[in-house]
Amino acid sequence: MTDLNSSAEQGDTPRPEAIRKLAGISKPHALSQTADNGNQGNTPDAEDSRGPQPAAEPGPLARMAKFNKLDHKVTIRNLNFYYDESQALKNISLPIYANKVTAFIGPSGCGKSTLLRVLNRMYDLYPKQRAEGEVLLDGVNILRREQDLNLLRARVGMVFQKPTPFPMSIRENIAFGIKLYHRLAKSELSGRVESALKQAALWDEVKDKLNTPGLSLSGGQQQRLCIARTVAIEPEVILLDEPCSALDPISTAKVEETFDELKKNYTIAIVTHNLQQAARVSDHTAFMYLGELIEFGNTALVFTTPSKEQTQNYITGRFG
Amino acid sequence: MKLYARRRRQSKFFLGLSYVAVAIGLGWLALILGTLFFNGFQGLSGAVFTQMTPPPGSGGGGLANAITGSLIMTALGIAIGTPVGLLAGTYMAEYGRYTKLTVLIRLINDILLSAPSIVIGLFIYQVMVVKMGHFSAIAGAMALAVIVLPVVVRATEDMLLLVPDSLREAASALGLARSIMIGKVAYRAARAGIITGVLLAIARISGETAPLLFTALNNQFFTTDLNQPMASLPTVIFQFAMSPYKEWQQLAWTGALLITLAVLALSITARALHNQGATK
Repeated sequence: MTDLNSSAEQGDTPRPEAIRKLAGISKPHALSQTADNGNQGNTPDAEDSRGPQPAAEPGPLARMAKFNKLDHKVTIRNLNFYYDESQALKNISLPIYANKVTAFIGPSGCGKSTLLRVLNRMYDLYPKQRAEGEVLLDGVNILRREQDLNLLRARVGMVFQKPTPFPMSIRENIAFGIKLYHRLAKSELSGRVESALKQAALWDEVKDKLNTPGLSLSGGQQQRLCIARTVAIEPEVILLDEPCSALDPISTAKVEETFDELKKNYTIAIVTHNLQQAARVSDHTAFMYLGELIEFGNTALVFTTPSKEQTQNYITGRFG
Repeated sequence: MKLYARRRRQSKFFLGLSYVAVAIGLGWLALILGTLFFNGFQGLSGAVFTQMTPPPGSGGGGLANAITGSLIMTALGIAIGTPVGLLAGTYMAEYGRYTKLTVLIRLINDILLSAPSIVIGLFIYQVMVVKMGHFSAIAGAMALAVIVLPVVVRATEDMLLLVPDSLREAASALGLARSIMIGKVAYRAARAGIITGVLLAIARISGETAPLLFTALNNQFFTTDLNQPMASLPTVIFQFAMSPYKEWQQLAWTGALLITLAVLALSITARALHNQGATK
């Protein structure tokens, strides 16, 4: 089905700062595998899981393991998704690497947004939508029934296609989420609000009008407000569903600029229709078509030497 | 060119018809308001607000007991009907949006919404007045609450359904529990609309006569005892307007003017709030 071991592996020279970052994080063996050239990884991912998830069959894992020189933040295995009777995702397996930007591209209706909405189980809000398979977040399957959805969404934040500021002031829009998880003194709260707005590159534009309604901002500012709001609760993964499709080029550039900063602290998955954007901002790219993952790999390689004809046709604009 | 000229003639003709229709509609309203102001203002004085309804033929007197009675029962009716309606509407729009139960509730609510108010009065008469053995203000308030209920249910559900799902998703994506999402985000976004609905419900019940005739009846004296029959503006108007006494008829006109002004003020407030909500 997918061509997982083609391009990503060769193209990915792990960056020193990423390794240091990883060393500080939970999975020491992921790092050690990098040391012995990263191909021995037959330790199933699930083994170092912090949760109760039992180790799964090694089939897709053997392939996955080759990616272990980068830390998997999220591992998607054999994922199928259904809207009522119609199947929207067909047996998807791919990793999303920690502290990297992974872009999902493909023509409309290919399932990329659906895939993103599985990662924080947003689909759970609606009846008759269901996912089968496994999505491991730090080794724990989030699709299991007893998963607490609010805790999951606190760890996996999401920014939507249309800016959706809440009907309250700019400050409240951001403080709102923080206050759900922490009891902070007022000054500390202000600090958090400021830092979130700075991370979203919005601070300079709104610092003098924090009490005005969030809805009074321009579209681009609203979208950055939504990014700030997501960042404020310090998730581990940020999902972006076509975050720039409603924005003008200047606003888009400003949003994109935030990504480089954000990926130092967060793992980012972005769905985009804008191929240039995918090429600009992402480290890895997944090309999807009709609910299937056609190709996944290092962004530079997917865009320069795609291994599948469909991918080539899509990125050269011959269809889609 | 002939075709174009004909279309222009047709356009003018139908535009003219529309103007006539508007004039007929607004004309009646103007006539009603005009008569009301003309007759009502004559009797308007301080005594209307301070003195009780007079016995027949005695002259003087006011509507103080009826005004307080109306205020008390309207307030109570809203206080009982609004929370229930709000919660029911919230269930329908948020928790039970896709359930069959919601479809059923909506159907029943629509029936209740259009139920003649005299039937509601009779119902409360049967279940409360007969059981208690006497007319009472609380029965009147209950009858009004039953009228308020479907209005608030409808307003709440409609307004919450107008809140875009994207806002709900955004709130959920922050890890907000559903109850917090509803309380802090959905209600906030729908607030103007829901308040408008409640204001319209107040306007609706402040003019209701039939359900009060069977429940709170009337009272010539001032009372705030909910266990006693209580006067209200609509019932006093009903009684006084039908009477042969000049002073009573005058008081009925004045009472009618007061109700109309109150309802007008409520409607204008509701409209203003609604517009404000729409532009925000």
